[in-house]
Amino acid sequence: MTLARRIVTLLGLPVVLVATWWFLSAGSTDFYRPSLQRIVTAFQQTWFSERLVVDVLPSVARLAVGYLIALVIGIALGMMIGANRWLRALCEPVLEFLRAIPPPVLVPIIMLVAGIGNTTKVIVIVSGCVWPVLLNTVEGVRGVDEVLADTCRSYRITGLNRWRHLVLRSASPQIVTGARQGLSVGIILMVISELFAASSGLGFTIVQFQRGFQIPEMWSGVLVLGLIGVVLAQLFTIAERRILAWYHGIRSSQREW
Amino acid sequence: MLEVQGLRKVYDGHGRRVEAIADLTFTVGGGEFACVVGPSGCGKTTLLRCIAGLLPPTSGQVRVAGEPIAVVFQEYGRSLFPWLRVAQNVELPLKAAKMPRAQRQRQVDEALAAVGLADAHDAYPWQLSGGMQQRVAIARAIAYGPSVLLMDEPFAAVDAQTRADLEDLIRSVWQRLGVTLLFVTHDIDESVYLGQRVIVLSSAPTRVVENIVIDLPGERDQLTTRADPRFAELRARIYAHIKKLPSQRAEHGSTHDLSR
Repeated sequence: MTLARRIVTLLGLPVVLVATWWFLSAGSTDFYRPSLQRIVTAFQQTWFSERLVVDVLPSVARLAVGYLIALVIGIALGMMIGANRWLRALCEPVLEFLRAIPPPVLVPIIMLVAGIGNTTKVIVIVSGCVWPVLLNTVEGVRGVDEVLADTCRSYRITGLNRWRHLVLRSASPQIVTGARQGLSVGIILMVISELFAASSGLGFTIVQFQRGFQIPEMWSGVLVLGLIGVVLAQLFTIAERRILAWYHGIRSSQREW
Repeated sequence: MLEVQGLRKVYDGHGRRVEAIADLTFTVGGGEFACVVGPSGCGKTTLLRCIAGLLPPTSGQVRVAGEPIAVVFQEYGRSLFPWLRVAQNVELPLKAAKMPRAQRQRQVDEALAAVGLADAHDAYPWQLSGGMQQRVAIARAIAYGPSVLLMDEPFAAVDAQTRADLEDLIRSVWQRLGVTLLFVTHDIDESVYLGQRVIVLSSAPTRVVENIVIDLPGERDQLTTRADPRFAELRARIYAHIKKLPSQRAEHGSTHDLSR
């Protein structure tokens, strides 16, 4: 694909949607549905200010910390549980139970234990992100190819080498799938964690605008959330391309045959 | 040297008892090239897995003089790490054995050159043809510096021309390294062409039917060796043995699958 075509494919639909919104909402007098022009003006005034440092960055930082902790816990536990049939049988009912609990209902409980600071918010994010990562890792580890496992045994590739070069890499396509699901859960929980007993943050600010009837500002906050989602998804795709280069390579070489 | 004594393997599972290997005793001398042939489903793979230590025998013993053992599997596509490049695949067992980097590098280079893949270091295995992938697996085995090399129908899944090339490659590798080589195959022609000795197995429950010394000249060639009257004689003799065996495939065909 040429560069021009790529840019058109990438930006075509967003441009059309924004333009449609712009013209349909132009001159709107509806208080709750302001024109996009007013939202954009509010966007500039609201977010190109110290709010970016005071509200957006802390939110994103908490998301990053919570997400990374969830990745580490999910992958480590998932590899252990996936590799051990006995442990898997033991953990399965508990995992199903814990996974079924929506993290938002845990917020007050976590708050009782961890207070109302950053810790609670990070724990909320972790408690939601960890499940897709964990469960996908378990499945990925179970799917290790037996011939490859035999190869490791016969060449005495054991211990840490085996975990690193066989188990982790075999499971990586599924780990990445889980991590992608975890990321979208994380963005939702980033907002939700700031709805309770918070004094700053993106979610907090959006709710403040809503309660103060600053409707264009509220809409602009929603746009910020969407844009954060887009940027994170792009970063994720870049990371995925590096980690799973081999996997996509196999798939495209199979399509060629 | 490789000694298999009274080896017996019974699979117990799903309420069914399958005696894959009844009683196997044979020896492969140090530096010898021995082929194992038998009808399909006769437990050849089970035997090889027992020797490689991948499967515990029900009874009997496998003694291997000298370490280590390297294995080349039939499923080349599944025995190479798809996330590692060719050179990294060959290097990994050496890394796991904590060999110093410079020596590792040298052995990887030599092994890849020996199988004719000196310029494929940076390719991924799945970018190569089937025959080339099996060459990588052979290079990995060579680089490991084994005293015993086990090969489980390594050329069963490649086309005829590639197969002939790989047969000659493995003979030259064996002659150069002086390893003890046990080569499992279901192809009678291949067993006669390759080895110094052919161990003919019965169908399951498996025993040794005959030990045939292949007295063909050491220098072998796809055209002249296969046209040699002696080649035809040996081939016919083994063929007669396998043909004579009662066909128990339907009954025991699943022993092979049970082993994985």
